[in-house]
Amino acid sequence: MKEKLVVIGNGMSGLRTIEDLFDITKDKYDITIFGDEPHYNYNRIMLSYLLSGEKSFEDTIINHKTWYDENNVTLHKGDEAIFIDKENKTVTSKSGKVLAYDKLLIATGSNSFIPKTKGSELKNVIGFRNKLDSDTILELISKNKTAVVVGGGLLGLEAAYGIAMHGIKTILVHRSASIMSQQLDSTGGRLLQKNLEAYGIEFKLNTTIEEISGKESVENVSFTDGTSVESNIVVFATGIIPNTKLAHEANLDIKKGILVNDHLQTSDESIFAIGECAEHKGNTYGLVAPLYEQAKYCAKKLADVSSDGYSGSTLSTRLKISGVDLFSAGDYLGDETTEELILLDEKYGIYKKLVIYQDRIIGIVLYGETSDASWYLKLLKEETNISDLRHKILFGKSALGDSGHGGDDIAAMSDDEEICGCNGITKGTVVCAIKEQDLKPQNDVKTCTKAGASCGSCLGLVEQVLVHTLGDEYQSDVQEGICPCCDVGHKEIKACIDSNEYKTVYEVFENLAWKNEDGCIKCRPAINYYLLVKYNDDKYKNDKRSLLVNDRVFANIQKDGTYSVVPRIWGGVTSAQQLKDMADIAVKYDVPTVKFTGGQRLDMLGIRKEQLEPMWKDLNDAGFVSGQAYAKGLRTVKTCVGNVWCRFGTQDAMQTGIDIEKFTWGSWTPHKFKVGVSGCPRNCAEATIKDIGVIAVDSGWEIHIAGNGGIKVRVTDFLCKVKNNEELYVYIKAIMQFYREDAYYLERTAHWIERVGLEYIKEVLLNTKGNIEFYEKRFIESQKHAQIDPWEESRKDGFTKEFQPIILDIKDSPSYEAHEKANA
Amino acid sequence: MKTWKKITHINDIPLMGSRILQYQEEEIVLFKNRKEEIFALNNVCPHKQGKLSEGLVHGKSVTCPLHNWDIDLETGEALGSDSGCTQVYESKIEEEILYILL
Repeated sequence: MKEKLVVIGNGMSGLRTIEDLFDITKDKYDITIFGDEPHYNYNRIMLSYLLSGEKSFEDTIINHKTWYDENNVTLHKGDEAIFIDKENKTVTSKSGKVLAYDKLLIATGSNSFIPKTKGSELKNVIGFRNKLDSDTILELISKNKTAVVVGGGLLGLEAAYGIAMHGIKTILVHRSASIMSQQLDSTGGRLLQKNLEAYGIEFKLNTTIEEISGKESVENVSFTDGTSVESNIVVFATGIIPNTKLAHEANLDIKKGILVNDHLQTSDESIFAIGECAEHKGNTYGLVAPLYEQAKYCAKKLADVSSDGYSGSTLSTRLKISGVDLFSAGDYLGDETTEELILLDEKYGIYKKLVIYQDRIIGIVLYGETSDASWYLKLLKEETNISDLRHKILFGKSALGDSGHGGDDIAAMSDDEEICGCNGITKGTVVCAIKEQDLKPQNDVKTCTKAGASCGSCLGLVEQVLVHTLGDEYQSDVQEGICPCCDVGHKEIKACIDSNEYKTVYEVFENLAWKNEDGCIKCRPAINYYLLVKYNDDKYKNDKRSLLVNDRVFANIQKDGTYSVVPRIWGGVTSAQQLKDMADIAVKYDVPTVKFTGGQRLDMLGIRKEQLEPMWKDLNDAGFVSGQAYAKGLRTVKTCVGNVWCRFGTQDAMQTGIDIEKFTWGSWTPHKFKVGVSGCPRNCAEATIKDIGVIAVDSGWEIHIAGNGGIKVRVTDFLCKVKNNEELYVYIKAIMQFYREDAYYLERTAHWIERVGLEYIKEVLLNTKGNIEFYEKRFIESQKHAQIDPWEESRKDGFTKEFQPIILDIKDSPSYEAHEKANA
Repeated sequence: MKTWKKITHINDIPLMGSRILQYQEEEIVLFKNRKEEIFALNNVCPHKQGKLSEGLVHGKSVTCPLHNWDIDLETGEALGSDSGCTQVYESKIEEEILYILL
C-alpha cells in the first residue's frame, strides 16, 4: 500500500520537492496537490518577462499536464485548501473535498505585503506575485495614465520595467536613498538607476505615498515630496509575508514563517513546510535557489533517505531585466571588520565589489560585467583563501592564466560559437537544451547535450551558460553527487572512507546508498582511488576491475583498439645500447609507428592486445620497465642536460631528474603527474608547466608547483627554495604525498591549487612544523608497495592470460570446440 | 543452421571482466558480471566501433572505452540518450562450460 502525500500549493518549491522525490522513489506515495491558482505549475520568476511581453505564459510553464498525468499526480487546480485537521490527518478544500494524508507538505508561498496607506483599500491597488496580478496590470495600464510602483527592490524594479516596456509612463517610489538596498550597495544602486531611467522609469527616492485617492478605484496618487499624479494603478512590491494562515489555524509553531527543522519538518512530524512560507533557523527565503536546496533535503526525508539536512543558503541574486547585468551574493555591505576590493568605471557602467573577511570572500556585487559571477560565488561558498589572488581577482578568472576556459565571456559569445570542442557543441545548443528541457544541474546538461562529457575542460563554460541562462534559479553543483549513482560529493566520500573500514568499493556503495550497486565509470575508479589513499596500499589492493582500460591493461588504447607501449627512459637519458634493443623489439613486432613523446621517451604505436605480453617480456629482458604513460601516477621527469654539458647550467639536471624518477616511479596520484628539472633559469626542460617544476639557481633549487601545459596553459606557482638535492628530494616526496591525499580524484595539481589556494598548501607544508617529514614518510611507506613493474607482475601472476583471444575454428575443430590460443 | 558451440570453462572469463572469442571473421566478447552472469555480444560499439571488451562492466551494462556509451549486455542496445545496437548471442552454461549458439 502506498502512503498518501498531500501537497498544499502547486508552485515551484512544492513541485520541485516532488520531482526530487521521484528521483529517489516513485513507489512510496500517492500524491495529490491542491493549488488555488487555476494553472499548472509555472515559473513565477518569469513574471516580469510575462509582464513585459518578452515571454508568453506557455513559455513559463514548468510542469505541463502531461507531467502530472505521466507521474500519476492528482492536481486539484483552482481549489484552495482551507483546513488542516492534524488529529485525523485530513485536509479540506474550498470545494468540499476532504483528503486523508500520511504526510502533508505545506508549500503555500507568500502574499504581497501592502503597508497601511491612505487609500490602499481602493480597487486597482495590487501586489505583484502571480499571473493574475500580471494580467490585471496589463489590462489596466494605458498611455494616458501614469502607473505607480511602490518599492525599489528586485520585484518592484522588475514590475516597473515590465510596465515601462509597454511605453507607459511609470513612477517608482522608494522610501530609502538607494534602490535594491537589500542586494546592492549605493554605488551599484546608482548605476542601476541610471540604466533604468533610460527605459523611461522615473524614480522618486526617499519618498513614500501620502495618499491614494479615487471614488472606487485609483484616480490620483500624491507623494510625500508634495507632488501628485493622475494614475489608475498602484502596484505594491514592498515585500512579502509568508502565507502561514493554514498552519496557524492548525496550531503549528510559527514565527515569521512556519518553523521547520533541518529536514523541513514542522512541529508536527508528519507535516512538512517548504519555500517562502517556511522559516529555517530564523531565516525565510524569497529566492528560488535556496528553495530548491530545501526541496532536495525535504525529498530525502520524505523518501526516508538519511541526509545531513539543510543548513541554510547563501543568497545570490540576478535581476531579470533584459540588458541589465547585475549579480550580488552574501554580505555585500560589510562592516568595520571587513575589507573591500572595488573596481568602478562609471562611463562603461561597470562596478565590481568583493567584500573580504580574513582573506575570504563573503560578499559580491557585480554590475555591468557578471561573467565571473559563478567563479566568485564558488570561491565564496568554498571559503577559499584568496590572499595570493587578490591583486588580480577583480579582473576576473581569465586574468589568472588559469586552466580551463574560465575567462571566456559567455554573454559576448554568439550562439554558433563552440563551447565543447570534443563533441562540437555550440553555445546555442546548450542554451536551447537548458530552456527546452528545463535542465538545471550541470550533470543533466552534460547527459543531454554531451557538452563537457569528454575531457571536461569546458565544464566551467557550461556552468557559466547555466548561470547566465537561469539566473538565480541556477544551483551550483558544489553539493551534487560525483556521478548519477550518488548524491554525495568528493569531500563527503573522502570523509566517510576515512572514518569507516571498507574492504571493497562495493561496500562503500552499499553504505552510502548508491543507486547502482556496481557504480559507473565515474565513481568506481574514484572510490578505488580513495581506498588506495587511505590504506596506503598495504591493506587495500588496487582493484583492476575498478580501473578504466588504460590503467587496467598498462597501455594506452588507440582509436582502432590497438595499444601504444612506452618503456621508461629514466630522466629522458638513454644510451646507444638501449636504443638498439628497442629498435630490435620494434622490428620484431613490426611496430607501425615509433614516435618521440613530449616527455622524452619513445612511443611504439599500433600494438595488438595479444602482442602486449610477449613484447613486455622482451622489453623486461632488455632491462626496461613500464613508462606508465597510461597511469594516474608519475609519468615522466623531463630534464635538460644541465651543467654536465651546457655552458649556462648551474646544477646537474640530468642526474637529479634520474634520481627523482627513481624514487617517484610507480606512485599513483589523483591524476597524471609530471615533473621537469631545468639546470638553469633558462628553463629548457619547460619545468614551469609541470606538476612539479624544479629549476636550478646558483645557490640550490627552486621548487615550483601546479603547472599545466594542457588545454589551457597554467604556469607554476613558486613554492620555496631549497639548498641541495637531499632537501629537494624530501620536499618532492612530501608535495606528492600531500597532493595525493588532499586532492579529489581526477583533479590535476593545477585545478587542485585553484580550488584550495596556494596559501593553504604553503600553510600545511611550509608553515606547519613536522609536516614535510610526516608526508615524506608516508610517501616512502606507500612506495614500498608501488614500485613494482606492472608489466612484469602481470605476466607472472597470470593476468595477461585474458589478453589472448579464445579461438573457435570450425576447420580445425569438427567437434565445434573452442580453444585457448597458444602463446605467440 | 545455428548450433550450440562449446566455448570454454566459465572460470576462464574473469569476474567483472571479459574475454574475446575469435570465430571466423567475427570478434565476439564474453562478459562476466558481479553476479557471475555471462553475456556474449559482437565486440563492436555501435557508435564508433570501439572494442566493448575493454570497457567497464557494471550491473548488466558495459561502458565503451572510447566515448563512454553505455551498452545493455542483454539486448546490445545503447542506453540513455544514445541510440544504436550491437548484436547479442544466445549462451548457456552446462556443467560450468559455456556454450554459444552460432
